[in-house]
Amino acid sequence: MTGYELKGIPAEACRDLLRDMIRIRVLEERCAELYAASKIRGFLHLYIGEEAVATGVMHALDSDDSVLATYREHGHALLKGIPATGIMAEMFGRSTGCSGGRGGSMHLFDAATRFYGGNAIVGGHLPLAVGLGLADQVAGNDRVTVCFFGEGAMAEGEFHEALNLAALWNLPVLFCCENNRYAMGTSLETSESQVDLALKAAAYAIPAWSVDGMDVLEVARATKRARSMITGGGGPVFIEFQTYRFRAHSMFDPDLYRDPAEIETWKERDPVVTFAGWAIEQSLLTGDDVEALWDAARDEVTAAVIAADEAPLEPVSSLLDHVTATTEEVSS
Amino acid sequence: MTGPEVETTYREAMRDAIREALATDDRVIVLGEDVADYGGTYAVTKGLHEEFGRDRVRNTPLSESGFVGAGIGAALGGLRPIVEIMTVNFSLLALDQIVNTAATLRHMSGGQFHVPLVIRMTTGAGRQLAAQHSHSLEGWYAHVPGLKVIAPATASDARWMLPTALADPNPVILFEHNALYGEHGSIDPVGGPVDITQAAIRRSGNDVSIIAWAGMVHKAMAAAAVLADQGVDAEVIDLRSLRPLDADTLAESVARTHHAVVVDEGWLTAGLNAEIAALITERCFWTLDAPVRRLASAEVPIPYAQHLEEHAIPQVDDIVAAVNRLVRDGV
Amino acid sequence: MSVAPEQIEYVMPSLGADMDEGSVIEWHVAVGDRVARGDVVARVETDKSDIDIEIWRDGEVEEILVAPGRLVPVGTPLLRLAASGEAVAAAVQPDDAREAVEAGSDRAPDTDPDSIVTPSSRPPAVVRSGTGLWATPLARRTAAEQGVDLTAVVGSGPNGAIRRRDLPAADGAVSSDGAPPAEEASAEARPRTRADRMRRAIADRMSQANRDIPHYFLERQIDVSALMDYLGRVNSDVEVADRVVPAAAFVRATALAAARHGELNGHWRDGAFVPSGAVNVAVAISLRGGGLVTPQIQQADTVGLIATMARLKAMTLEARSGVLRSTSMGAGSADPDGNITDAADQASTITVTNLGERGADLVHGVISPPEVALVGFGRIAQRPWVVDGQVQPRHMVTATLAADHRATDGATGSRFLATLARLLETPEEL
Repeated sequence: MTGYELKGIPAEACRDLLRDMIRIRVLEERCAELYAASKIRGFLHLYIGEEAVATGVMHALDSDDSVLATYREHGHALLKGIPATGIMAEMFGRSTGCSGGRGGSMHLFDAATRFYGGNAIVGGHLPLAVGLGLADQVAGNDRVTVCFFGEGAMAEGEFHEALNLAALWNLPVLFCCENNRYAMGTSLETSESQVDLALKAAAYAIPAWSVDGMDVLEVARATKRARSMITGGGGPVFIEFQTYRFRAHSMFDPDLYRDPAEIETWKERDPVVTFAGWAIEQSLLTGDDVEALWDAARDEVTAAVIAADEAPLEPVSSLLDHVTATTEEVSS
Repeated sequence: MTGPEVETTYREAMRDAIREALATDDRVIVLGEDVADYGGTYAVTKGLHEEFGRDRVRNTPLSESGFVGAGIGAALGGLRPIVEIMTVNFSLLALDQIVNTAATLRHMSGGQFHVPLVIRMTTGAGRQLAAQHSHSLEGWYAHVPGLKVIAPATASDARWMLPTALADPNPVILFEHNALYGEHGSIDPVGGPVDITQAAIRRSGNDVSIIAWAGMVHKAMAAAAVLADQGVDAEVIDLRSLRPLDADTLAESVARTHHAVVVDEGWLTAGLNAEIAALITERCFWTLDAPVRRLASAEVPIPYAQHLEEHAIPQVDDIVAAVNRLVRDGV
Repeated sequence: MSVAPEQIEYVMPSLGADMDEGSVIEWHVAVGDRVARGDVVARVETDKSDIDIEIWRDGEVEEILVAPGRLVPVGTPLLRLAASGEAVAAAVQPDDAREAVEAGSDRAPDTDPDSIVTPSSRPPAVVRSGTGLWATPLARRTAAEQGVDLTAVVGSGPNGAIRRRDLPAADGAVSSDGAPPAEEASAEARPRTRADRMRRAIADRMSQANRDIPHYFLERQIDVSALMDYLGRVNSDVEVADRVVPAAAFVRATALAAARHGELNGHWRDGAFVPSGAVNVAVAISLRGGGLVTPQIQQADTVGLIATMARLKAMTLEARSGVLRSTSMGAGSADPDGNITDAADQASTITVTNLGERGADLVHGVISPPEVALVGFGRIAQRPWVVDGQVQPRHMVTATLAADHRATDGATGSRFLATLARLLETPEEL
């Protein structure tokens, strides 16, 4: 349980980092349970094991920054500020969901917090991040657009087009590769000729490096550094976060492609458990403090589940809503 | 507001429209391959980068998916991008962005986001550009909810449909038939934006409704002139909007003429022509005095050789013959 | 109690809890057969065995809906029955029956409920498809609105399909919304058919002629025996189809006579006679369906007898098939759509009306304005006639001239008829 170093992260931030990792863990575990109970349907992709990445990155961002994520985005959405009730209701397909029941687990959106999904075409949202960065550059603001994607997206053409454009136009975009080593069931080694992902990104003349994605402090530190490079006018940055998902790709995945021993090895580095242990060891938090964080997270999610279950369904009469916008809708 | 009409070309009219957009709205940017120094593949944006700078008339690398997606992101971020894709064939490299993202964002975000974006691209054959630069795939886009698809066929529409498209809060795909750029026409230089959802009756007639869009409008008009000499009074409808389709104008016309010929430069099988024919049959069944006829391109990739290309796409004579058969023989 | 026949569809019955489908191996009944409740109507093959199926109502078989050998789901209509008598069991949807059996109720298969279903919401059949009657939707709707029996209409479309133009009232009777156009509703006497329109056009034209033109009439009996002999010789070694008939000689003679008496060849325009340089002879041709058209032979004085005959034939054919072009029509005549043509440069200058072999003896015609003369020929008949001091049977025809007294006087007309007679009596000059 050693290896964590504050190195510039204020000690008082540790409680927040742990709290948010726990919130994600609890949310995701409850999702699995609700899926088995048929309350959540469609595809469900859980973030358990990878919590340190979203948590560390989000803590280093400005609240006005834009975030785009993948279909494994519940945690990102939660930390960007979408209430658990809105997330859970969305997965229940309810009217009060953060996407009005149109998106589900894979398409959480929130305009108020500048959370641009919830994107389920692998690689498809990278060009969007470029465009958002372009708009910010034109507007001349200090905003950074943060784009999460898996290592599998780096085989897509859109990754290359997007990185090239962002570098060419010197755009304020942070590319966050969550390398959990498997694109569904395909391992990095069997899908990429160059497994050094930072090297690959660096080919576009972009500052790029690799970070231990199981170390929330390391993640936060790297993100902070990247963000200041970007806001300093240095253009886009790429960071590879090496991480691991403890559960299968989705709920309907027998996980045939991974050695159980490999999973167990990674679980020894569980970011929530190890960070909590370290924080207690460092006397930053007490055992009771940590237990209180778990309780609070459970209460938060339980309340969200109850609210979602009681929430109304969208009326069928609204089926054709939100296909195209009217000028009035947009200006109001 | 109207003013005296001035003579111009389709290309110049489109350029004037883009220039006006750049001049009057700081949010407007032009993105695309070779839109700056080269002036655009078809010289539509020629000179605009000198007027407005390279940040606003911005060359992109050859990465259709990348810059179309960037256009979508920029629209989300508050800009009003005009994205140029060289041809509809190339747009297939960006199909993911257009269909999976631009068309879906508003819906899957529950109405929180909208994508005010105009994507211009050329369509159509007739210039011996062969099988990777000549196809008419606008019907594919017309299939997709969340998009608006328009096809100005006249200089006036080239000038005045763009402002409306730019003001629209949705992604609008604007098709320019590559044979029309040199087409002369008169426009009202201070005419103002026009409704882009309505079809236009380019020629009134009583015997048959010829329904066309983009390049085929002009062939339909030429055919109607020939038909008039042969005693057939044809009405020519320029769809203008491919999505949404102006079903009311179509139905009103066909209910009056009792005969309909759809002329599509795309292929016949599963084409937009089929949608229109079905729509007419549904709306006008009891007023039809003959089956709805479709004219479309031969089921072949567009060939290079001029005579083969000519035979692959509907020509004036084909329209005349089809209309005569329909009106006189009922087949 | 008499019960009106009721149309019933007899469906593939469910014969067991696990029967989902079956196929008729053989029909025991045919269309038109009377059947009674309990009759076996077909043998059906199921997964388990072949079973005779019985019908549950009396009636007459109207239509067999499923051909032998076709596998169909339970509940598929097999035949249509014009049922008489009362339904014995309540009609039950077959699905209900299946559910009852499958749910393990104590109803045994042999107490299956009546599987006859009474269609409750079938709209009345207007025109049944598949009857061989082809008609466009517009024609069907127009016919329905106007009470026209489509089976009595001959279609001009593909495979004899009836199009709107084939209907007697083929004139915009259907508007886009199904209501008659407003303008038509207000024009109470507007002609509705092509024949009506032509009648109206002729009526207008002839009324005007009778009102405006002071006609005078002359007649002259002409011995055409020599002409008949001449035509006999001309036709002797010619195919029937190419033979020259007297009408051609009448047209030819009129053309030559008109050329010589220019006072009768031309138009009355703006209060004065305008002679014509060309002799354009209009020929009145009656149509089988009523009405007439007057196509013309332009510069007929330059067209020889044989050629005149050919033109006459072609014109008659065209007129009767309705394809005459307005430009070939005589001055002031109505085309088949009732349109009047009056182009000065190509207008006919004199008209011939020939009543033919089965016609009347003579005709006092009405001039077709703006022409000033009309020449009529009655039927040719053998009559006693004095030739060289002897009464002989001769082929005679009575030629008449109706002429406009504003343009000419009787003397002119007389001279014209004399010329006409001489020409016909010396046919070699034709």
